Amino acid sequence: MPTTRRIAAAAAGTIALALAATSCSTGGGGDVDPNADISEQTLTVSIWADYYPEDLAEQFEEATGVKTTIVNHTTNEDIVAKLTASADPGIDVAFVSGQYAQALGEQGILAELDKSLIPNEENLYPEALELDYDPGNVYSEPYAWGTTGLCYRPDLTGFEPTSWNDLLNPKPELVGKTTMLSTDRWLAMPALKTMGYSLNTTDDAELEEAKTQLIETKSTLLAYDDTTFYSKLVSGEAAMVEAWDGWCNYGIAEDPSIGFVIPEEGSDLWVDTMTVLESSENKEAAMAFIDFILDPEIQTWVAENILYKVPNQAAMEALDPALIESYPTLGITVDELFEQEVIVDLGDDTVKYVDLNAEVLATN
Amino acid sequence: MTSTLDRDAPAAPPTRVRRGLAPLPFLAPGMLFLIVFMAIPVGLLAFYTFFRRGRFGGIVFEFTLDNWVKLFEPLYVGVILQSIGLALVVTLLALAIGYPMAYAIAGLSPKWRTVALVAIVLPFWTNFLIRTYAWILLLNNAGWVNQWLQGLGITDEPISMLYTPQAIVVGLLYMYLPLMVLPLYASLQQLDPALREAATNLGATPWRAFRTVTLPLSLPGALTGCIFVFVPAMSNFVIPELIGGGKTIMVGNLVRDQFFEARDWPFGATLALLLTILLVLVILAQSAVSRRLTEGPRRG
Repeated sequence: MPTTRRIAAAAAGTIALALAATSCSTGGGGDVDPNADISEQTLTVSIWADYYPEDLAEQFEEATGVKTTIVNHTTNEDIVAKLTASADPGIDVAFVSGQYAQALGEQGILAELDKSLIPNEENLYPEALELDYDPGNVYSEPYAWGTTGLCYRPDLTGFEPTSWNDLLNPKPELVGKTTMLSTDRWLAMPALKTMGYSLNTTDDAELEEAKTQLIETKSTLLAYDDTTFYSKLVSGEAAMVEAWDGWCNYGIAEDPSIGFVIPEEGSDLWVDTMTVLESSENKEAAMAFIDFILDPEIQTWVAENILYKVPNQAAMEALDPALIESYPTLGITVDELFEQEVIVDLGDDTVKYVDLNAEVLATN
Repeated sequence: MTSTLDRDAPAAPPTRVRRGLAPLPFLAPGMLFLIVFMAIPVGLLAFYTFFRRGRFGGIVFEFTLDNWVKLFEPLYVGVILQSIGLALVVTLLALAIGYPMAYAIAGLSPKWRTVALVAIVLPFWTNFLIRTYAWILLLNNAGWVNQWLQGLGITDEPISMLYTPQAIVVGLLYMYLPLMVLPLYASLQQLDPALREAATNLGATPWRAFRTVTLPLSLPGALTGCIFVFVPAMSNFVIPELIGGGKTIMVGNLVRDQFFEARDWPFGATLALLLTILLVLVILAQSAVSRRLTEGPRRG
């Protein structure tokens, strides 16, 4: 049958294309020339939606003459898939979380940053230059950072939680009134921390122990929720949720009685970073863009509007104290943040967490 | 081109030529669509299932059967069986609710029939996510239904209605009920009323006329409705996540998570292919049963 053969031929063609696309991952966009005229360059930036000033592209264009396009991605997985699927994804600057910057850097997908193009790096806290996923900020500059803890309604819990155990083994009256994050490394984190293990552990026995606890906890949860947990608190469906500090603020914005605590067993320090692609033809403009973001004015905007802490000392010091009073998570100090553990990429062992998540979520 | 072929093949009986080749120009766009959007993607899926995962997703071209072996781990078999179970329950409930609805609508006057049909299709005009969130607003512990129940003094404590497997069934049922009603209505409405009248004239009670005439003749419509409900219910992943609270997962969630969370394309492809194969089998079974129903039992 001719049609069958044609299907086979077409399929083979597509497969060949896919092969070609995946097999060569290093494109190489040329070296950085500090004297290049960036106003001749164009820039495509990929960043999470609603995570930057709306007129950011216009602002940068006005300041530098670089024609700038901003595109959005929804998750780290989403952007990483785009960056690794072809030799030249057509993106110059990508915002990814620290552990992804580490992994992409190790794979040769990111360009080393030329610090002479990023003088605003000096606005960062000194600690922000020594983060475990990329010491010395070779491939990435931090954009925003924070931690994960318990976001709760004191009127519904009746007490101030202090420990991950308040979530993992809740009091009888809180059964069915708590939610946990189910994504990436945050599902296992509370259990690992409670047991005194590293949140970057790859030890099978430790992960097994955490898994057992998480499956036990599952029956006490209202739901797993990675996106709307703060509205569950506001509506009163939930009394206590595992939450990223910045997102807890979205609940606090609607109900000022909502509290946030970093549990005593410790938590994570997550960092969202800015990276330049090795395949970019516009590396100088890309690095100028990163420098532009590290300007205190832009990062103050981020802290004020997104309600995330930024690693920019100048920007944080410029914050209105009244804002910190309204949103106590903005007042978490750098020292407190650095008592937490930085999430790093685990290479091939990442699969262990993938399997753990799948097993916990699929177990009834 | 076909006309040339017609002329060049005078030996063949004209009718056979027309049946064999004449429809080709009409079939071509559909065939092309199926090849580009069905055959090639499914072919790629099948191809991916035999390789290893890349670190960031994608495929590493080392041959392996691991993905197929993994499918038989109790964890995944459990999720697949659970999905089939949930989808079956949803289908049966949809049939139980949808049949009387379709039957009643088919008996209405033409004007009211239109009104009823529009009412059934109306929810489709609203975005699926918005309708799902509406259920959350209604059913959650602090939601409207619980507020009313407590306000009217019917209950003291809120009743937990969300984030359970039962809630998933309700959500899926709501979502896909119209897909059961519409084909049932179409088959009931086409029934020649004379058949039922004849049965009644020959002394059958209304119940017997329904059971021996209407019901068997509407079965193909019921089967189509069942497929329309079962297939999307089985692969839905939004409702288990939003209304089920992520605590009960279905095959659709597994597939989605493999691609977006786990970055394991080969295993995601294996699950997706399995789902496709299962659903094709269901559809083949449906068409076989339905053919037997319309052609009647073979006479010796």
